[in-house]
Amino acid sequence: MMESNLIRYVSKFRELGLLGFIIILAIVIQFLNPAFLTLGNLSDMLKNTAILCILALGMMLVLVTRGIDLSIGATLALSGMITALTVSAYPGLSPFLAILLGIIVGSACGVILGLLVSKVGILPIIASLGLMNAFRGMTFWVGGGDWVSAYQMPDSFKGIATSNILGINTLVFIAIIIFLFFYYFVNNTITGRQIYALGSNPDSAKISGINANKVYMLVYTLMGGLSGLAGVLWVSKFASSQGDTASGYELTVIAACILGGVSINGGVGKVIGVLLGAFLLGVLDNGLPLINVSPFWQMGIEGVIILVAVLFNTEIKKKVEKNNRLRRVI
Amino acid sequence: MRKWWSFSFLLVIFLTVLVACGQQTGGSNEDNSGDSGSEGNDGQRHAVIFKSTGNPFGEKLMEGFETAITEAGDEAILRAPDQPTVEGQIQIIEELISQQVDSITIIGNDYDGLQPVLTKAMDRGIKVLSADSAVNGASRLVHINQADPEAIGRIQIEAVAEMIDHEGQIAILSATSQASNQNLWIEWMQTELEKPDYENIELVEIAYGDDLRDKSVSETEALLQSYPDLKAIIAPTTVGIAAASKVISDKGLQGEVVVTGLGLPSEMAEYIENGVSPWMYLWNPIDLGYLAGYAAKALADEEISGEVGDTFEAGDLGNFEVTETEDGTEVLLGDPFKFDPDNIDEWKDVY
Repeated sequence: MMESNLIRYVSKFRELGLLGFIIILAIVIQFLNPAFLTLGNLSDMLKNTAILCILALGMMLVLVTRGIDLSIGATLALSGMITALTVSAYPGLSPFLAILLGIIVGSACGVILGLLVSKVGILPIIASLGLMNAFRGMTFWVGGGDWVSAYQMPDSFKGIATSNILGINTLVFIAIIIFLFFYYFVNNTITGRQIYALGSNPDSAKISGINANKVYMLVYTLMGGLSGLAGVLWVSKFASSQGDTASGYELTVIAACILGGVSINGGVGKVIGVLLGAFLLGVLDNGLPLINVSPFWQMGIEGVIILVAVLFNTEIKKKVEKNNRLRRVI
Repeated sequence: MRKWWSFSFLLVIFLTVLVACGQQTGGSNEDNSGDSGSEGNDGQRHAVIFKSTGNPFGEKLMEGFETAITEAGDEAILRAPDQPTVEGQIQIIEELISQQVDSITIIGNDYDGLQPVLTKAMDRGIKVLSADSAVNGASRLVHINQADPEAIGRIQIEAVAEMIDHEGQIAILSATSQASNQNLWIEWMQTELEKPDYENIELVEIAYGDDLRDKSVSETEALLQSYPDLKAIIAPTTVGIAAASKVISDKGLQGEVVVTGLGLPSEMAEYIENGVSPWMYLWNPIDLGYLAGYAAKALADEEISGEVGDTFEAGDLGNFEVTETEDGTEVLLGDPFKFDPDNIDEWKDVY
């Protein structure tokens, strides 16, 4: 009884620890540059972190099933490029349809990966690595090597990233909606719990009647759809679409998940944790330029923080596992 | 059955990747890299290697190069690695050496890193020249420079001084901290700032956006937060200048903070028209490639050897002379071209 209380305490402490870490970091940055905790800067930070949050939530589900998706940066670029080309050809297109188009393209990419992983049984890391190159190549091909620039996009499309809904920036608003959906989905739906069951023990999950292929298809399609959405938001936010948009961004997204306590070994990951993980990276991206550290240090500091978080995660995990073993003996 | 399916899907994936890679590394050379030497001895083959694929500036540069080589009746080979790395370029140069092309024009990803492979190429009798982004003097016969780095650095300070009436804080938003082009221009900007004319202008920070959209935006926002009185941002890189202009447009700071520097007209058209950037500069990549093409031809014909004082004719552009630099020799295209609200409309569709 006491032991299980301890587990609960420790696993709760993980998120508290992350939150505490962010607060300490914020205080340090604020101390070095008082411009940090201003309304303007915080709103910049939220806007810049929204896309990362959206992607990290999708990636969490993929990681929970013991998978990984390295193709999301390329999917993002492809759907962003296709949408940008479409709105430049049809400037009258409603922004909603533009977003829908991005989601459809992204989902299609996700379905391909899902099929490869579930039906064909290729390791997710290999399948997504292959598709990453294929999608990136397609982005160059679709765009003909050219960029789509700000003047080619209608104002309504660029307005997606700058407009407000209920007084909240649209990017942040969309991220909040997706967060709420995920929170409900993973905690309160049968499918949501099946994802975790499959991740923590695939064999017993299959025996207990969970359709593994269906779950794999679902998580990769969802991830693709979110990447497609993020692609539209990205292109709208920066008002430019290039062949190498978000190149390497998948690693930032995976880093946010790991910081948030998602285990690469599957089965473990909380929505709140992922949100905090993305925030931590957001604070670093926003804060480090403010305190004027040299660009060499900037990368180094980010790396060290990620390492510390991973070490912390492993320590906690060891404790929990040891605890589980003890219980089984008794 | 299942195994067979796995195998065939793996095969498809593998082929897709190959196709994707081929597309990226191949660029637009599909019809040019054909069978070697079958066209007779007269047709020379001139290769150009850009930094990476999918860069509009590079596409236009290679287009100019191809035009020049085609005018001369030779064959142009256009190549670029899919990532802007030295390794990618070395691999392409090795391939070109074994194909025994007549000249290689390199837009270097690194100043010193390509020396071994380029020296090897020169030992095999291939004429090597660099364009736009130089390689060191020992790795090339001549460098084709868009404009004098000194002129590029100084002209941006002159422009910014005029925009802010010679008074106020300015910041620089560059590409990566190791980018040799940008660093050289920034050095010249700092030299120019020492003149008494600019005593009221203060350069408060040099930020690095790494030519990434998201990072350039964060850095611009940080500059605006840290220096509320900031009057101008100079960004001598396309992604940086467009990202900075976008942030200033979104925050409604038109007129309060001006942006100038070097950028692609297509990327900057929006912000030159809305007044965030009164004007900015860039050289003409088509002309640069065209000049490089004629220089490559002149070298391969042994009309010039890359020595100071050599002159050659570059088609429509007229005559050019090889001049001396600190490291090797170079040919200068001319002053950077100014893009302002009057001419941006005709240029935005070009590149």
